[in-house]
Amino acid sequence: MNTTTSITVHPARRLAVLALLALAAAVLVWRAVDLHIVHKEFLRDQGAARYLRVVTLPAHRGMITDRNGEPLAVSTPVESVWANPRELATARADWPRLAALLDLDATRLAGYLATRLEREFVYLKRRIDPDLAARVMALNVPGVALTREYRRYYPEGEVTAHVLGITGVDDNGQEGIELAYDDWLHGVPGAKRVIKDRLGRIVQDVESLRIPRPGRELRLSIDRRIQYLAYRELKSAVLEHQAQAGSVVVMDTTTSEVLAMVNLPAYNPNRPSEVHTGRTRNRAVTDLFEPGSTVKPFTVAAALESGQYRADTMIDTAPGLLRIGSREINDIHDYGRIDVATVIQKSSNVGAAKMALALPAKSLWQTFSHAGFGATTGSGFPGEAGGVLTYYPHWHEVDRASLAFGYGLSVTTLQLAEAYAAIANGGQLHPASFLPLNTPVNSSTVMQTDTAATLRAMLERATNEGGTGLLARVTGYRVAGKTGTVRKHGAEGYASDRYLSLFAGFAPASHPRLAMVVMINEPGGTQYYGGQVAAPVFAHVMAGALRLLNVAPDDLAIASLQLAQNSRSTGLYKVSTLPARDTSLSHDTGNAE
Amino acid sequence: MKSLGQRLHLDMPLLVGLLLLATISLVVLYSAGGQDVQLLVRQLLRFGLAFGLMLALAQVPPHYFQQIAPWLFGAGLLLLIAVFLFGAHAKGAQRWLQIGGMRFQPSEIMKLAVPLMVAWYLGDRPLPPNLLRATVTLILIVVPAAFIAKQPDMGTALLVASAGLFVLLLSGLRWRVIGGAALLLGVAAPLLWRMMHDYQRQRVLTFLDPEQDPLGAGYHILQSTIAIGSGGVFGKGWLNGTQSYLDFIPERTTDFIFAVYGEEFGLIGALLLLALFLFVIVRGLIIAYDAQTNFNRLLAGGLILSFFMYILVNIGMVTGLVPVVGVPLPLISYGGTSLVTLMASFGILMSIHTHRKREPS
Repeated sequence: MNTTTSITVHPARRLAVLALLALAAAVLVWRAVDLHIVHKEFLRDQGAARYLRVVTLPAHRGMITDRNGEPLAVSTPVESVWANPRELATARADWPRLAALLDLDATRLAGYLATRLEREFVYLKRRIDPDLAARVMALNVPGVALTREYRRYYPEGEVTAHVLGITGVDDNGQEGIELAYDDWLHGVPGAKRVIKDRLGRIVQDVESLRIPRPGRELRLSIDRRIQYLAYRELKSAVLEHQAQAGSVVVMDTTTSEVLAMVNLPAYNPNRPSEVHTGRTRNRAVTDLFEPGSTVKPFTVAAALESGQYRADTMIDTAPGLLRIGSREINDIHDYGRIDVATVIQKSSNVGAAKMALALPAKSLWQTFSHAGFGATTGSGFPGEAGGVLTYYPHWHEVDRASLAFGYGLSVTTLQLAEAYAAIANGGQLHPASFLPLNTPVNSSTVMQTDTAATLRAMLERATNEGGTGLLARVTGYRVAGKTGTVRKHGAEGYASDRYLSLFAGFAPASHPRLAMVVMINEPGGTQYYGGQVAAPVFAHVMAGALRLLNVAPDDLAIASLQLAQNSRSTGLYKVSTLPARDTSLSHDTGNAE
Repeated sequence: MKSLGQRLHLDMPLLVGLLLLATISLVVLYSAGGQDVQLLVRQLLRFGLAFGLMLALAQVPPHYFQQIAPWLFGAGLLLLIAVFLFGAHAKGAQRWLQIGGMRFQPSEIMKLAVPLMVAWYLGDRPLPPNLLRATVTLILIVVPAAFIAKQPDMGTALLVASAGLFVLLLSGLRWRVIGGAALLLGVAAPLLWRMMHDYQRQRVLTFLDPEQDPLGAGYHILQSTIAIGSGGVFGKGWLNGTQSYLDFIPERTTDFIFAVYGEEFGLIGALLLLALFLFVIVRGLIIAYDAQTNFNRLLAGGLILSFFMYILVNIGMVTGLVPVVGVPLPLISYGGTSLVTLMASFGILMSIHTHRKREPS
């Protein structure tokens, strides 16, 4: 051990060490000043960018109600469970319990998370009800959080499915009224600035940037009760007749407000997974068909307006067959010499064709296009079809004859209802509306008032003794209407075994309130006439709707009550003559376009 | 008449400086640890233990340290070899030795053993050392450092090596030898680069350009500089550091505690802490200057300069001046191992200073 105090001193070395120390200390001080002062603003912004976040506040979608304020579509709050996989990965032991509660397969959840461990946000399950969400949060699994969302709920389910349409997972309208009025219904999400920690949890609210504005309420012209009634009756008819599809439209005759619009097949909009694309179509506005005999009143209207015909003008329909070039038009029976009213009552194709041939093509075209055929109703319903009505200079003689009884043009159920509402409304046509109207708007003239009155009387005869629409009658009310049985046009011309059953009409005939069209596509049973298949639906729905709306009965004659009862009990064929078979073109003629 | 401090072999300025630093540590830890009282109590106990060890070592006359230096060094080296052969793995590194229920880190011993050994080797002989003895000294430094680097623990290897090198530097090594060594190191650098682990290379690359990988390895540096800078001149105030409270600062009670401190106490606080550290270092250098034997002087100087190295590396890392190496901020960071070693070295310093023989007047 060195006991001497001899110690080597190097002043230069000491200086060097001190200089080194001073230099290093200076560097640290400089860096502190550099960060704290020179770069402060930038670093502060960067720091803020790491924890200040703008989060959106969901705004719920506006409610849709029927005309009486009954809810048809409401947005209810639901919770979506999401997780930060990095954090969730620290609690693998909790995964099975989480999966069980969320009704997920535990191994699939593990696999799902395993491939997403680098992410910071994954949905575990969207749109669960708040009670379940509360139980999930009670598990207290790290990294699991909730987001409030809104789910659309339709109390009437499939009854209103087609009219209302559906919304997507992000609450945007995708079909129907939900789509058409999306801007009105859609809420404007709000925003707030919050402080979030590294794991994305909101620690503190800083400020509100925008208050969420919920979507506005939308009142429709639909009457929930009539809608339900129409759906029920249509469904039972479609089932009974094993039909492919069907539509019913009920309309207010004075305003053309749509009170009910139903279709089959339908779907439950509350179970989006069950929504099949083929079922979501609102057939009443999107599907076109040839209207057949239901357009005859408009042919007659054109004839009456021309001055060449009156209700009692006689037309010779014998021998129930009319040949134009190579084509034949025929009636079911030989009606002989009949007046114009009887052409409607018996639904004579030959009579209608002869009238059309006697008129200038232009006047027939004008009446048809004024009735709304060949153009959309302007209801604004998404995907509405306008149908086809060829411009008259392109018509051949056979086209004009075919159009007279409803072949060679196509319409929607809604168009037909609107056109019949115009007859009921004294010849004034209002555009169809899905919104309630305080005052009817911008009507256009389809026919003169007295022409419309004459037609109403003729159409009333069609539902009385000797008419084709006997089954459309409603006890206590006078009903005006027209049957239609349309042979469907397929890939190989007109089919002999596929039909469309129609009934279009309105009631009460003395002071019309409601117009209705029933369309049943391809009844599969033995019955296919409009008067057999569609007319009873009309009667049941109309009877219920008139009573629901407290419409005063206009037919209180005891005789008619008894007659109505008889006709129900004794059956169709005993009481009335056979409804006319509206089809006329033979197989080889095909459709004249 | 001796004062109480003199009788207990305490150096009052050093003690006051250390106590102030310990107080700051507890204050910052309370905030960084999320106001966890348990954590505070545990650290307080460690401080008690470490200060006790310091007090105990201060009583030991320095020549005992000189006597045990080669034995401690030899034992430490054997333990390092044992770690290399049978060490326990933790967090991808093999640093721990499991003896019974206890785990311990032989590399910590080397932080003391290497400067002791070098001071022992050089202090007995005429200074400055000749080239042969300088070379032997280098071997004494490099061998344990290499074992530690192999674990791999770059931070500790660096500190151990620098502690030995400081002693060598203070021994009055000729400048041209130092210059030659620096040149040699420059030449060896590419070789060193090849020997490094991937993650170590990544750290160096990340240090050079942190924005290159802001979500990965560069994340630590970015987050800590943001925290410090956003503190501004006066800081956000105690318990108000948003970056630390929102969990954006990594390792915020240990290696990155300076970021929490800088955010909450600002430039003023940072300068105050640096001043306090500097005060302790200057006091240590005075002790070294006042030392009466070469061994004592070299040891005191080496220990205090390696303490300084700790600070430089940690704050440099947290402020983005040097690459990320896992070195805690001495006396401030949460944790016990390095605290015990540090306080032991301060105990040795106090012993050196209080066991001086009276100068002949």
